[in-house]
Amino acid sequence: MLKIRVIPCLLLKDLGLVKTVKFTDPKYVGDPINAVKIFNDKEVDELIFLDIISTNKKRKPSFELLSRIASEAFMPFSYGGGLRSIEDVKRIMEIGVEKVVINTYAFENPEFIKEIADMFGSQSVVVSIDVKKNKENNYEVFVHSGQLGTKINPVDFAIKMEKIGAGEIFLNSIDRDGTMEGFDLELIKNVSSSVNIPVIVSGGAGKIEDFAKAVESGASAVAAGSFFVFVGPYRAVLINYPDKKELRKVLK
Amino acid sequence: MIVIIDYKMGNTGSILNMLKKIGETAVISSDIKDINNADKLILPGVGSFDTGMNNINNSGLLDILNKKVLKEKTPILGICLGMQLFANKSEEGIKRGLGWIGGNVVKFKFKDNNLKIPHMGWNEIKIKKNDVLFKNIAEEPRFYFVHSYYFFCNDNNDVLATTNYGYDFASVVRKDNIRGVQFHPEKSHKYGMNLLKNFAQLC
Repeated sequence: MLKIRVIPCLLLKDLGLVKTVKFTDPKYVGDPINAVKIFNDKEVDELIFLDIISTNKKRKPSFELLSRIASEAFMPFSYGGGLRSIEDVKRIMEIGVEKVVINTYAFENPEFIKEIADMFGSQSVVVSIDVKKNKENNYEVFVHSGQLGTKINPVDFAIKMEKIGAGEIFLNSIDRDGTMEGFDLELIKNVSSSVNIPVIVSGGAGKIEDFAKAVESGASAVAAGSFFVFVGPYRAVLINYPDKKELRKVLK
Repeated sequence: MIVIIDYKMGNTGSILNMLKKIGETAVISSDIKDINNADKLILPGVGSFDTGMNNINNSGLLDILNKKVLKEKTPILGICLGMQLFANKSEEGIKRGLGWIGGNVVKFKFKDNNLKIPHMGWNEIKIKKNDVLFKNIAEEPRFYFVHSYYFFCNDNNDVLATTNYGYDFASVVRKDNIRGVQFHPEKSHKYGMNLLKNFAQLC
């Protein structure tokens, strides 16, 4: 049977890897190519790379870096950050990236999702939804690396994105990002029960049992950042990935 | 020389990357001369059946492919959509397939709706018939799949391996020199690397 995907989500800033807490305070955690090589050895299920500054600085993706990553990535991998034209998406696909992740531009121009799906198939377009609780304590979708509120509810946005052609939803809790305190299970339940496409969840994983809880709440795949790059109470940087047997025990 | 056929249907870069990693020489090409000189062919593909067949027809590759594969018996490996194009036709479209392996491409249909389509992620294969592709295969081999349709072979003898998603479907097929895999070996770590190596060195 199909296995639950366990996906390291790696953040790119300039040419290095960083990790944030609640989308702020990026801390350098290493070299992306080196990380890919380690994740190859660990036979990781899949990787997601997100460039966290391209969109805000109106930069294009670093095609050269992505080519180097692709030449070492013998697992499926997705890329997001600064993608605003179908030509750039095409170039990314030719490099050997399986899926593109669209966040801000999915909100600004939803037709872009349809355009990608029509050209490359729905399976190649992931819409990433960053969610934070607003002052009224309601879930709200944020864009521009979590800086700009949209007043839109994540469930409504996910349904809209599925309709227009998204193949997967990448659901990220800004409040839990980097905290390692566990996933926002209520958010996961709300979104995954309202769409038919796979929902990859992220934000808050601190231990392997957290993944199981996310799956019980409806997640199709689980992602994390800190969990795969830090170890111990002092958050020492060490790229790691749990043993397959250990994962299988927890994720039935 | 292995030629990865470029008919504008994606994932050629990943295949070349993995072949390089295992020390094989390969080119991505849509040039009839390159294809004519190839010792082995790989037909990749991500996208829809009709677009795939249209692109093969429009790029003028149909005759040379038929000649290489059916007359000269050049080993060919179809990957994902590339494999599905070997069939006679597909529920996904109205175009005729290459018709190299008897069968049709059909969509997953489930009685209960718990299973999502596409079938996306890592899954196992069960070997039904031995083949050089499986030489030195690791224990519990797993491969990366992304597809909504699968190959339904007319002749069960053409099925080398099956995978279970709701029910068993053909995940590796073969007829003579023509082999196809539904999964993506180029994205399946050492399991895929071993399979591509076997294709490159033993087929």
